[in-house]
Amino acid sequence: MSEHQMYTLHINGEAHHVKDAWIGESLLYVLRERLGLPGSKGACEQGECGSCTVVLDGAAVCSCLVLAASAVGAEIATVEGLSPDGSLTDVQRAFIDEGAVQCGFCTPGLVMAVHHLLDHNSDPTDLDVKEALSGNICRCTGYGRIFAAVEKVVSVRTGTSQ
Amino acid sequence: MSVLIPTSLHEALEMRAQHPEADLLTGGTDMMVEVNFNHRKPQTVIALRRVDELKTWSIDHESRVVTIGSGVPYAEMEHGQLAAMLPCLAEAARTVGSPQIRAAGTLGGNLGTCSPAGDGLPVLSALNATIHLQSHTGVRHVAFHDFMTGPKRNSLASDEIITSVSLPLPNGWQGYAKVGVRNAMVISVASTCLVFHEQNVRIALGSVGPTIIRCTETEQWWSTLPESERVLPSSDLAREFGMRASREAHPINDHRSTAEYRRHAISVLATRLLQRATSHNKGTKS
Repeated sequence: MSEHQMYTLHINGEAHHVKDAWIGESLLYVLRERLGLPGSKGACEQGECGSCTVVLDGAAVCSCLVLAASAVGAEIATVEGLSPDGSLTDVQRAFIDEGAVQCGFCTPGLVMAVHHLLDHNSDPTDLDVKEALSGNICRCTGYGRIFAAVEKVVSVRTGTSQ
Repeated sequence: MSVLIPTSLHEALEMRAQHPEADLLTGGTDMMVEVNFNHRKPQTVIALRRVDELKTWSIDHESRVVTIGSGVPYAEMEHGQLAAMLPCLAEAARTVGSPQIRAAGTLGGNLGTCSPAGDGLPVLSALNATIHLQSHTGVRHVAFHDFMTGPKRNSLASDEIITSVSLPLPNGWQGYAKVGVRNAMVISVASTCLVFHEQNVRIALGSVGPTIIRCTETEQWWSTLPESERVLPSSDLAREFGMRASREAHPINDHRSTAEYRRHAISVLATRLLQRATSHNKGTKS
């Protein structure tokens, strides 16, 4: 693919054509600036903050570190795809109910990371949760409310809620 | 800039031969940072994401050698069979960046970048890894220390691709430890991999020299000690081991740390790993 060649990405089950873009753009930039999918947030642009987390072929990765053109042929899931009808997922609801959203900038990345964790581990230990979210930086909450939200989702999903 | 996306190793090697100027891309965790910040404008990128041959690993049970494809992500080394056979690699993998980085980053990328701070590299050194390189004309098998020639320098030819690394399984204890400014998401300030094989110890240091450093003098000194001391070293002897290893380091002052602190950190890490390695000998030998 050359400098400005069109390419197609598969995002949330749909084909999206990327036109008139520079071929070196990151997936994060393409999602936000080319395809109108601004749910993934851009903060550090170097993979440190996790606010741009997407799921690429089943792996939660930082979209800022994915060369968008190299993701041709991959299945990409973004926060917009969690609930296409605009309703909230149980994780999103729990984030609100437990006060895990303050400024909200890290929230989409954290929600993606939590969904990815719970898809693979339905009953994580505290350490599992901390480790799974260690790539997502939140500077507001101190993480306590976020862990509470995860705990709430787990207890509801596993039927152990009171 | 152009992006090439081969879907087989054969195709990748053809592209590499036609584009000697190309940068090879796997997880993107190094290159994309530079691209995002306009520090690097690659002319041609060969993205290896879809080359399945690079994403597998295997074990030869007879020779006890594990071969890991250059495109296997660190996440796959943290748990499961690879981790059971190569705990030092699993420990190193677990210190790489964050879960998101480990899902993308690869040993091939670590070798391609060849930063002295690459978390996987001291492991490759201590395990006496062989790096397998392939071009459209043939293959080369290079010992790790002949591959890494300097900070961010390696002996990869412009028509070659790193296909895999072979790791002979040691029959003794193995471990890895790293110091950074915090636990998660951190680039190493100093790291150490310790491996026992037969009666010998191997110790490799990261982030404290222009390349990964194998402490050959310390290894040699250790081999001259009586067996009783090697099996259950006193704390003084363990400290001497750490001190000797740290004297083989060549650290510098930079934005991440000071040479003095790095040397101290190596001494502590090497002592600690040796004590971990030999602690389970208590009770089994008197």
